[in-house]
Amino acid sequence: MSQLRQDLLRLDDVTVRFGGRTALDAVDLEVAEHETVCVLGPSGSGKSTLLRVVAGLQPADAGRVFLSGADQGGVPVHRRGVGLMFQDHQLFPQRDVGGNVGFGLRMRKVGRAEAERRVAELLDMVGLPGAQRRSVAALSGGEQQRVALARALAPRPRLLMLDEPLGQLDRSLRERLVVELRQLFGRLGTTVLAVTHDQGEAFALADRVVVMRDGRIAQAGTPLEVWQRPASEFVARFLGFDNVVEATVSGERADTVWGSVPVPAGTRQGKCRLLVRPAGVRLLPAAEGLPCTVSGRTFRGDHVVLLLRPPNGPELEAACDLRGAPEPDARVGVGFDVNDVVVLGPAEDGTTA
Amino acid sequence: MVLARPEVDVPKRPKRLSRQTAVRLGLMALPVAFFALFFAYPVSAIVARGLKDGGRWQFARVGEVLGDERIGHVLWFTTWQALASTALTLVLALPGAYVFARFDFPGKQLLRAVVTVPFVLPTVVVGSAFLALLGRGGLLDELWGMRLDTTVWAILLAHVFFNYAVVVRTVGGLWAQLDPRQEEAARVLGAGRFAAWRRVTLPALAPAVAAAALMVFLFTFTSFGVVQILGGPRYATLEVEIYQQTARLLDLPTAAVLTLVQFVAVAVLLGVHARTVRRRETALKLVDAAQTSRRPQGPAQWALLASVLAVVALLILVPLVVLVLRSFDGPDGYGLAFYRALASADDNGGTFVVAPLEAIGNSLAYALAATGIAIVVGGLAAAALTRRAGRLVRGFDALLMLPLGTSAVTVGFGFLITLDEPPLDLRSSWILVPLAQALVGVPFVVRIMLPVLRAVDARLREAAAVLGASPLRAWREVDLPLVGRALAVAAGFAFAVSLGEFGATVFIARPDNPTLPVAVARLLGRPGELNYGQAMALSTILMLVCAAALLVLERVRTDRSGEF
Repeated sequence: MSQLRQDLLRLDDVTVRFGGRTALDAVDLEVAEHETVCVLGPSGSGKSTLLRVVAGLQPADAGRVFLSGADQGGVPVHRRGVGLMFQDHQLFPQRDVGGNVGFGLRMRKVGRAEAERRVAELLDMVGLPGAQRRSVAALSGGEQQRVALARALAPRPRLLMLDEPLGQLDRSLRERLVVELRQLFGRLGTTVLAVTHDQGEAFALADRVVVMRDGRIAQAGTPLEVWQRPASEFVARFLGFDNVVEATVSGERADTVWGSVPVPAGTRQGKCRLLVRPAGVRLLPAAEGLPCTVSGRTFRGDHVVLLLRPPNGPELEAACDLRGAPEPDARVGVGFDVNDVVVLGPAEDGTTA
Repeated sequence: MVLARPEVDVPKRPKRLSRQTAVRLGLMALPVAFFALFFAYPVSAIVARGLKDGGRWQFARVGEVLGDERIGHVLWFTTWQALASTALTLVLALPGAYVFARFDFPGKQLLRAVVTVPFVLPTVVVGSAFLALLGRGGLLDELWGMRLDTTVWAILLAHVFFNYAVVVRTVGGLWAQLDPRQEEAARVLGAGRFAAWRRVTLPALAPAVAAAALMVFLFTFTSFGVVQILGGPRYATLEVEIYQQTARLLDLPTAAVLTLVQFVAVAVLLGVHARTVRRRETALKLVDAAQTSRRPQGPAQWALLASVLAVVALLILVPLVVLVLRSFDGPDGYGLAFYRALASADDNGGTFVVAPLEAIGNSLAYALAATGIAIVVGGLAAAALTRRAGRLVRGFDALLMLPLGTSAVTVGFGFLITLDEPPLDLRSSWILVPLAQALVGVPFVVRIMLPVLRAVDARLREAAAVLGASPLRAWREVDLPLVGRALAVAAGFAFAVSLGEFGATVFIARPDNPTLPVAVARLLGRPGELNYGQAMALSTILMLVCAAALLVLERVRTDRSGEF
């Protein structure tokens, strides 16, 4: 990432323990101004704890948190000037929509007229114009989410944090909101740190993605980098890639239970683990390549994912066109495309997942 | 406590900063000081005075007193009447709990309020109501020439009358919120109707039943006013015996031993209670009570409803109605003669320095002051107890309940002998009575506030903090609006129990400033129809004040469930 812009948020070696369990293990993280960073990981990987540490809701056992260069140790939650949208919204049940959105403005002693103007503006922006007097209990899940977002944005926090921002919404609404949020943050220039377990959401929203596992950062990079070059088997599997196999590299080929697989030039010789993305699993006539049986088919809109059973080793996933998709139990041959073969990181970084 | 809904707890939170501990200790400071000064100090002073001779403890007295045959009888009677009262209350009130939880019928809300009236009635009034029903010249006496006062039945029935609401509200409140689909799931899995109830509903309900039973046992074990009025010379509970030994026989050592015995018994009970409460906190699947009740179906269910209504009518409505009727049944036929007599001091043959009617003003003023004290002390204690904490704080929790089970007579007398020298010379101060009454009000405030405070999601406070609210501001903005109504309910209960407090007040209320229950007891202690009639009239007034307070509370309660 760019070193020229100032880091708005910096985490230095932050560790949090709950009893014997380490929720965050010496985490380093920077978020630059106007950047949107998505922390991605399975549940229990420490994502939410990360947000709580930054907000000051959870004290760090070790390490430091800097906001705009200032150490936040000893700064109470309400003076940190960050926004946090809770996973389950936590709207105040006894206040109406306007009371919820205007809460942060009231805490900052913004004048009444100004506050009302801002609340109206924000409700317009999140698509709930004129909803000020509605009771929050009467809102649908999607509407609550919008109110929670407006409430978090109202005091113009220097850093907006989102905990599973779209978690409880149905698919179509989620896909629409991701696009809207991205546009909104771009327009407002908000710095955003979001956590989610949904890779689609993370890749659609973020300038940069951070994948977490067991309180550590497993990989960080642009969505494209992470998607193209998962650093470890854990990241690969978390992104939904399951074609992972033990391999011994010699020259530009690797020996696996699936037979010989081509690897990129310059790959380190010897034992490693290989990922073949489904797009790189090519179907050949039955007599050629690795002989497989089609054991399952899943339709994914514009393409089909085939599950193939080879004579030895784990099953293979292959992406193919809707039209050419073979029937279940058909016999096919399989070849591998070197462009979709990724050599994964060393075993210690979670290849046992 | 008794009327508390099943406790809802926020999930366990990780360890907090030491600053939070400091805040909690700060909140606890005033309640601890209050209990140390106005509970522990007077009670221990009385015990010390009774058991210390020439600066040395005389523990031999304990053995002597406990070996006394008479005292042995008192202990035995206290225990078995409490067990019998508890069993009878459960048998009669559990069907009621079911009916109120699961059936819809016209007038249910009103009936629920009516059933609760006895619980907030002063024990003295309960005693007089049953005297009017079962005693000499009472309804049964007139109709069939039957008298049950001075029999144990009068005591047992009065205890059921008094505690019916405890079972209906504690057990019924939970029962109404149990998801019926749990039972349906068991049925689908092959359990018969009874097996499903026994395997699914009963285990969920058992802790609530146990808690209710313990509370009833506690109340009846320490029963004073009811037994004092209905027991006659033959029956005395520990509490009545303590009163006799202290006030009549001036035998302080015996009273001290009995106080200790009762204290230990109650402490053991509360320990058991605390255990059941903790078990009750295990996660139950609760639903909105409004969704689980429906109209009775089939003859069996209608018969159950009818029998419950009959029990309520006979056991709760009849005594109340008879009490009111007696108060109007003057020497010259029905009229306001007794009420008029209340207005003057002269007609009472020297029973009172002032007109009994003035007791109403005294009572209201004392009860208001006591409510204020109870709300402040209890509110602070509840706030301190909100967050889950270690053993120390849990001990504090149990400590708050002790005044309910400690001999009120001892507390009252302890006030007289300890708070009589500077800097705490309160003997001539009016505040003495509200302080004693607040002691019994605080446990109610804590028990009502605590579940509500604990149910406030800690993350709502966090949301407020992230939006810029300081901890104090977050409490004001988030907690206070949510618990405002519970605070009103707590205040109402504190007011009602303060109004009805008798055991301690009877010692410390000055002769020229009696409270309503004290005035009623004094009138009942005098012979003559006029005194008796006036006692009934005064009891009726006391009942109406309590019932009015309760009906206001019922409104507040229903409003609350409507909003969230």
